[in-house]
Amino acid sequence: MPLELFSQYLFAGITYGIIYAIVAIGFNIIYNTTGIINFAQGEFVMLGGMISISLNSLMPLPLAIVCAVFITMLFGGLLEIVFIRWLESPSVLRMIIITIGLSIVIREVALHIWGDGVRALPYFTGNVVSSVQILGASISPQVLWALAVCSIMVLMLSLFFKFTSLGREMQACASNRLAATLCGINARNMVTFSFMLSAAIGAVAGCVVSPITSTQYDMGTGLAIKGFTVAVLGGLGNSMAAVAAGLLLGIIEAFSVGVGFPLVFQDAIAISILLVILFVRPHGLFGNKEAAGLKEF
Amino acid sequence: MLKIKNLEAGYGKLRVLKKISMHVDKGEIVSLIGANGAGKTTLLYTIAGMIKVGGGDISLFDCADLASPQAIVKAGCSLVPEGRQVFATMTVEDNLILGGYVQYKQDKGYSREVELAHIYEIFPVLQERRSQLAGTLSGGEQQMLAMGRSLMAKPQLIMMDEPSTGLAPLIVKEIFHIVMRLRDEGNTVLLVEQNAKAALGIADRGYVLETGKIILQGPAEDLLANSDVQRAYLGRDVDAAAASCDV
Ligand SMILES: Nc1ncnc2c1ncn2[C@@H]1O[C@H](COP(=O)(O)OP(=O)(O)OP(=O)(O)O)[C@@H](O)[C@H]1O
Ligand SMILES: [Mg+2]
Repeated sequence: MPLELFSQYLFAGITYGIIYAIVAIGFNIIYNTTGIINFAQGEFVMLGGMISISLNSLMPLPLAIVCAVFITMLFGGLLEIVFIRWLESPSVLRMIIITIGLSIVIREVALHIWGDGVRALPYFTGNVVSSVQILGASISPQVLWALAVCSIMVLMLSLFFKFTSLGREMQACASNRLAATLCGINARNMVTFSFMLSAAIGAVAGCVVSPITSTQYDMGTGLAIKGFTVAVLGGLGNSMAAVAAGLLLGIIEAFSVGVGFPLVFQDAIAISILLVILFVRPHGLFGNKEAAGLKEF
Repeated sequence: MLKIKNLEAGYGKLRVLKKISMHVDKGEIVSLIGANGAGKTTLLYTIAGMIKVGGGDISLFDCADLASPQAIVKAGCSLVPEGRQVFATMTVEDNLILGGYVQYKQDKGYSREVELAHIYEIFPVLQERRSQLAGTLSGGEQQMLAMGRSLMAKPQLIMMDEPSTGLAPLIVKEIFHIVMRLRDEGNTVLLVEQNAKAALGIADRGYVLETGKIILQGPAEDLLANSDVQRAYLGRDVDAAAASCDV
């Protein structure tokens, strides 16, 4: 495979990989505070994209993006307050069913509001045909935007969880909710924060990738599956590992097309990886077996 | 410091606590003993605000309206729960830091370093294990961590639910020494124990709880000498002992 082609596939893989990683990190944030998997995570990405596209007809692009992220964040918090907050110690299974149900409802509502057409934000800089030459490949500047924004976001998130009191409190709630409450932490608020945070980062991702991948009302389902695969692949709860796992999956997918693997089977790759991981290394490729053993699920 | 009057509480329709009245004064160790299922844990959780009061009232530090667990911890009443309940997936030091957040947030003069040093001085083993995951500590170490975490909030009243459960006699002794030390440092302790002899041995006063009611109360020595307590909780058959004396 010539170098240009190789780097072309590589960058395509990285672009998709970083989106998967962001969705996985969204899963991780909520998982880390509540121990539940929010299957409506992909819908936050879709909402971020759709809302910013709608707002962009009223206001300049940067403002539209900021507003869209903010609105999605509030929506995430509202979702938690209305559907989850009042449940008294719900079981994991019940939570999974609730979030899957929510994702279906959001998708249908989005279909009514925005229709089933494919929409996209304009390129942040340049246009469809502008490109940057890297390692012989022509890369759209939007890919660089996506990479930069997502990398910064990942970095800030890991600093947030390691060094801020809110981040530590959110972790404490995940680890032992009863003890967190006894330490004077308001566990319910932490859960709401975690939904807001993961909605916000999902929306940011939805905006930066919209010019490349377009936005459609039902894009969330596929993203949720890929993101979940990546989260499990990296080891649930571990954001840095999610980035590595996301890039890995993105690149595998891109090269599988490159070597002539039929496009229709692309999604099967993620599912196969998910199954193999669940059988062989349920604590993930990079997960800490010791820490995983201490978790309740 | 803590005054409880005709307290009733339970789970749903189940009334576990029936008209409980008790009090804890500043600087005391008060031991609460009772059989399994008597309602000791329920009482502590109710004081800590985790279970709704069903009747009667609790006045803590002369405030009657501390409703949420957050407000109660903030006001200076910490519970070391039954079964330790450490943050298993976090390090020992993170566990301690989390225990101190309430004070750290509301008190400008709170120094995390000073408090950590204090805890490490009381429990040197925690300092050795500071970067180990809490879930991998031994049972005794986890108990110490749970106590240390509560102490990080600088509570005036510290409640402990069966701190000696499942620990070797030597560690139990150490834990009880630490409880006495806390009192000597000006803390007030409400201690729930199965180990009635040891608990009454270090306490100033005691209460005996049976099926949700306080059936006996008084100075710890009196309770230790009480024949009902001896029969029920100290495993000493008084009548048999008396009979053997007659021979
Ligand atoms: N979450 C709950 N839901 C319903 N009933 C409960 C609950 N927790 C405790 N109980 C019941 O309340 C009663 C008192 O329980 P509690 O845990 O307070 O006893 P305890 O004195 O602490 O016992 P032990 O010494 O075994 O810890 C028991 O009959 C128990 O079955
Ligand atoms: Mg108990």
